[in-house]
Amino acid sequence: MSMLSFERKYRVRGGTLVGGNLFDFWVGPFYVGFFGVTTIFFTVLGTALIVYATALEGEWNIWKINIAPPDLSYGLGFAPLREGGFWQLITICAIGAFVSWALRQAEIARKLGMGLHIPFAYGMAVFAYVTLVVIRPLLMGAWGHGFPYGIWSHLDWVSNVGYQYLHFHYNPAHMIAVSFFFTTTLALSLHASLVLAAINPRKGERMKTAEHENTFYRDFIGYSIGTLGIHRLGLFVALSAGFWSAVCIVISGPFWTRGWPEWWGWWLNLPIWN
Amino acid sequence: MRTDHAMNRFFVLAGAVLLGIAGFAVVVLSFERPPVRTVQIGHRGVAMELVYNPRTVAAEFARQQAPAALDPADPPESDEDRASAIYENVPVLGHLSVAQFGRIMQAMTEWLYPGQGAEGCNNCHVPGNFAAEDVYQKHVARRMLQMVHQINTAWRSHVGDTGVTCYTCHRGQAVPAYVWSQQPEHATRGGMAGIQVAQNLPGRDVGLSSLPNEPFTPFLFHDENIRRLTLTPRPSGNLAGTMNTEWNYALMMHMSTSLGVNCTFCHNSRSFHSWESSTPQRVTAWYGIRMLRDINVNYIEVLRDRFPPHRLGPLGDTLKANCSTCHHGVYRPLWGAPMARDYPELNLANFQRAAAAAPAAAPAVEPVPEGEPIRLPAN
Repeated sequence: MSMLSFERKYRVRGGTLVGGNLFDFWVGPFYVGFFGVTTIFFTVLGTALIVYATALEGEWNIWKINIAPPDLSYGLGFAPLREGGFWQLITICAIGAFVSWALRQAEIARKLGMGLHIPFAYGMAVFAYVTLVVIRPLLMGAWGHGFPYGIWSHLDWVSNVGYQYLHFHYNPAHMIAVSFFFTTTLALSLHASLVLAAINPRKGERMKTAEHENTFYRDFIGYSIGTLGIHRLGLFVALSAGFWSAVCIVISGPFWTRGWPEWWGWWLNLPIWN
Repeated sequence: MRTDHAMNRFFVLAGAVLLGIAGFAVVVLSFERPPVRTVQIGHRGVAMELVYNPRTVAAEFARQQAPAALDPADPPESDEDRASAIYENVPVLGHLSVAQFGRIMQAMTEWLYPGQGAEGCNNCHVPGNFAAEDVYQKHVARRMLQMVHQINTAWRSHVGDTGVTCYTCHRGQAVPAYVWSQQPEHATRGGMAGIQVAQNLPGRDVGLSSLPNEPFTPFLFHDENIRRLTLTPRPSGNLAGTMNTEWNYALMMHMSTSLGVNCTFCHNSRSFHSWESSTPQRVTAWYGIRMLRDINVNYIEVLRDRFPPHRLGPLGDTLKANCSTCHHGVYRPLWGAPMARDYPELNLANFQRAAAAAPAAAPAVEPVPEGEPIRLPAN
């Protein structure tokens, strides 16, 4: 892959977390590093295991491929490969790849003397995944509580887990997570439309700047969070959505076994009106 | 000014600390904790599982135990030994031996009026005149005996070999703890929040959800269909709306909480309607719904005129049965204790023969009332 003439000078040595100078090199435009190597390793191994497990199942319809976790009877032990063991190995590979990817982001950020906002943001998605396939299964005592790897099968799992608690919309953390997801899309669309409005003036007019953006919002809602602030807010609402998603599933089972509507009994039973 | 600023800071901080403590208390007190127990009922990875708090189950298991059976009584050896030969007005249990008759009377007294001893008889009988028909409870008890027999014979599809006794519902109370009657619709609020349609308030019978609070009249008294789904790719002709599905959902919430199970006990939620992907328990439940319609209409509501007003609901109908009435939050009432096996007296197999021999003695079965028209929301 060709490299632009000025690109080389941006390639900064050092900043690695592991491996020193050994993996401190680029392949084409991509920084490698120790964690680039581990990412490739886990990705290739995990994908190969998915393909192998699928071949053994004999179902190649992309929608119906299903690699399921073990029966609950295996608890927190290893299961035979074809009875959930593949799921366990693939889960190890997936976590290895995801965590390696986050650490590679961290190395690049360190190289450039940047903050660690990017690995932190990506890490929230990894945290949500780890919550589903490690933390919650550990709390409930069996790897079989992880979700199956398959396009349709994981949707069936989500549906049934939701109905294990009768009405998931009453899950308080689910309420918060959904609110943050919608807030994220609202904030992003408000921000994007504001930026586009400022930089797309009518024909013959000059492009507007942050002062116009701030003035619009001060006229509109009496306050402008500012050009930096909107990105802090965006990161907060987006990461909160992921965080509360993880919370809403980890409390379903380990910390509540009944229908979610019943959880609100504490509110109905407050001595104020009861 | 400086002091004001400091005071403000103090109040804000104090408020935050108080809110934090309150929030922490709610979180700690309102949730459960690991370890939990999970029962897998489907293929691995499908998440058809029952999730239990073992501490709650242990407490319920200790609380809900069938009482020890009374010593058995010998069946009649001859017709002279039958209760009908000794007592007057024994149309339902006259075929029993005198010993059996006394045993079931004692058992019923203990099941409904525990600890009252001989005084307990007076809840159904005129003291000193057991043959008198003046106490309404006696008429009710007679119909309930027939109901128990009906459940244990005609509805084996639901109760299986376990069967039911009076205790299954009554549990030491004259009126079972879980009964239902028709409810006046919630007062309609004015303005934009005006439409409540018997819902939007948390209901005990529907697992504290705000779904329609009384789904029993349409589904457990009348025979409204519970299916609302259109199974064709291009729906046409299905007039059911979201509101109708909420009535279904309310009934299902009731069934789940009554049995202490979740939706996956009967259904694979990927396709609620499909019998192929449902569990065998759904068949048992299907018969249970029909059983409740039968007993609510033919055995309980027929007694409407027998009951004094304080034993009726606010709209004047009887206190009827739903899933909770027997199940008490347990998937098999009393954890499946086969109580009925210990009480052959409740088997009225000989009753029909006796009734046929002396039809005048059989209690008149009153006509089935129409019942209040159900108020389902318009489509």
